Amino acid sequence: MTETKHAAAPADVGAALPAIELAGVAKEYRAHGQTVAAVRGLDLAIAQGEFFSLLGPSGCGKTTTLRMVAGFEEPTAGAVYLHGADVTGVPPNRRDVNMVFQSYALFPHMSVFENVAFGLRRRRVPKPQIRARVGEMLEIVDLAGLERRRPGELSGGQQQRVALARALVNRPRALLLDEPLGALDLKLRQAMQVELKRVQREVGVTFVYVTHDQGEALTMSDRIAVMNDGRIEQLGTPREIYERPATRFVAGFIGTSNLLEGEVTAIEDGRAVISYGPDGRIEVPLRPGLAAAPGRRLELTVRPEKIGIGTRPPGGALCAVRGTVTDTVYLGTSTNYNVSTATGAQMVVFAQNATSAEEVAERGDTVWLTWEPRHSYAMGAAQ
Amino acid sequence: MTATLVPRRRARRRAASSGRLLHVYTVLLIAWLLLPIAVMILFGFNDTHSRQNYRWEGFTLRWYRHLFDKPDLTTALVNSVTIALLSTAVTTVLGTAAGLALGRHRFRGRGAANLVLLMAICCPEVVMGAALLSMCVTFNLPRGYPTILAAHVMFSIAFVAVTVRARAAGLDPAVEEAAEDLGAGPWTRFRLVTLPMIMPGVVSGALLAFVLSIDDFVITGFTGGATVTFPLWVYGSTRTGMPPQVNVMGTLIFAVGVLVAVVSARRNVLRR
Repeated sequence: MTETKHAAAPADVGAALPAIELAGVAKEYRAHGQTVAAVRGLDLAIAQGEFFSLLGPSGCGKTTTLRMVAGFEEPTAGAVYLHGADVTGVPPNRRDVNMVFQSYALFPHMSVFENVAFGLRRRRVPKPQIRARVGEMLEIVDLAGLERRRPGELSGGQQQRVALARALVNRPRALLLDEPLGALDLKLRQAMQVELKRVQREVGVTFVYVTHDQGEALTMSDRIAVMNDGRIEQLGTPREIYERPATRFVAGFIGTSNLLEGEVTAIEDGRAVISYGPDGRIEVPLRPGLAAAPGRRLELTVRPEKIGIGTRPPGGALCAVRGTVTDTVYLGTSTNYNVSTATGAQMVVFAQNATSAEEVAERGDTVWLTWEPRHSYAMGAAQ
Repeated sequence: MTATLVPRRRARRRAASSGRLLHVYTVLLIAWLLLPIAVMILFGFNDTHSRQNYRWEGFTLRWYRHLFDKPDLTTALVNSVTIALLSTAVTTVLGTAAGLALGRHRFRGRGAANLVLLMAICCPEVVMGAALLSMCVTFNLPRGYPTILAAHVMFSIAFVAVTVRARAAGLDPAVEEAAEDLGAGPWTRFRLVTLPMIMPGVVSGALLAFVLSIDDFVITGFTGGATVTFPLWVYGSTRTGMPPQVNVMGTLIFAVGVLVAVVSARRNVLRR
């Protein structure tokens, strides 16, 4: 029960069946005589014990996808498999997955104990066993001693943990979480993120986590599927998605990205050299499948925390772009600089306030932005 | 310091005087509402010897001892109570089902159903009574106990449906989904989750239905035929003289009503 498989996460490792598999799943709604596609042909395999996140803006189809796994919605095309068994058309009460709802959806007229015991009682688990398992689960979510309270007498965070315990106590094949932290304030949300991850490691159950909060997804997930408009834009580990966004949408949605474009002037040992503005120079590592040749325009991103800011032109092999500071935001541990480059692009720089308390540059100053070539990430040909 | 103290003291004095005024008003209002009932209760203890029961002649418990001495009055009371209980039972089941459907689902005819419910509540009783009478005559339905029962179910169903609808509309649909997700089939889901959550609405709807039925006069008068209920009997007796048993029965019905109200109010307090 306490196995921790999450370290060996990705689905292609080992011969074990994926906990959840979606094959060509699509969902269309009819509204006012028009067909609206919520999910457009999704193929997905989620491994046993994995913490998997569906991340995207509202309306991207992530909740619909989750509800199709739970059985609350039926796909208009494709099939859902749980541990290799086709469960398409099987009602939620006969699917071996449990859900944590955004609104918690606790039973207000039942005590905490009765809430958590609900699923076990439906499966006619013997009474002493119910008492033991509920007690054990309340221990895990740190709610021991509150068995007899009603949900209305608990704080938001406690209600959240009751909802978690109520689902997990059934030892489901997978736990489906629909923005479970959305109703909590920031402090509590961060605490619960750590808590959720700990519980997941402790019980070893597959978690499918729906969120629009990229920070949440990056913190907790083994893998993330970034969704947009009913499709998966990119699927990968948090690091892959952050460091190597596959599409412009992913680059913009995950964290802050600086999008730059320029004409390739030369290709030198695996790098495209771009001259940027009158005196700027950017190098981008090439990767297979990227069409780059001298004379073609290329689009690239640089993360704001990778960029250094200084008032003197740099030397060496660093990428360098000149610009004017349009705004500075002091954030305590770091300072954000908004810089307008020589070609008119807007760039953001996050600079740690590690060494000096004084600001490097002020509004209106001309500055040099520098970064190492390996931190330039080519997106593709610019339009 | 005095500058802030003086207005504060004055404000406090003003609050105190308005509090006293509110107190007086409350007492007056309660007295106004309870006075007729107090008179009814009092004259149930009146040691009257004439046919009329309008003049105080001394205290007695005689009428409580001889409560069921008038067989036709007793029959009328039994009719009223059984009709009220039966119609409440039927109405609560049908009205709850209607209220749940209207509060939770969107379906063809929902707007029409809501409109008809509103009409049933707003329709003047005389109109409905007269309409029921002409319908009974047209279709050659013999009037009596069954027609009264049917009429009572008809006019009180809307009240149950409306109270349950309000409660059901305020429910989070995810709660029922959670029950389904945890392995509960449709019936279990209703019994363990939906019904307990709409229970306050069901109970207040049932109480309304009972109260409406037990003292209904107009519609019962039109649909009753030869069957007499308590309110009809009381009305008939005013011509010849109302026996004190009527006051006693009224007192008992009132007492039961108060008891039910107090119990349900306490339950609501405890629930929270």
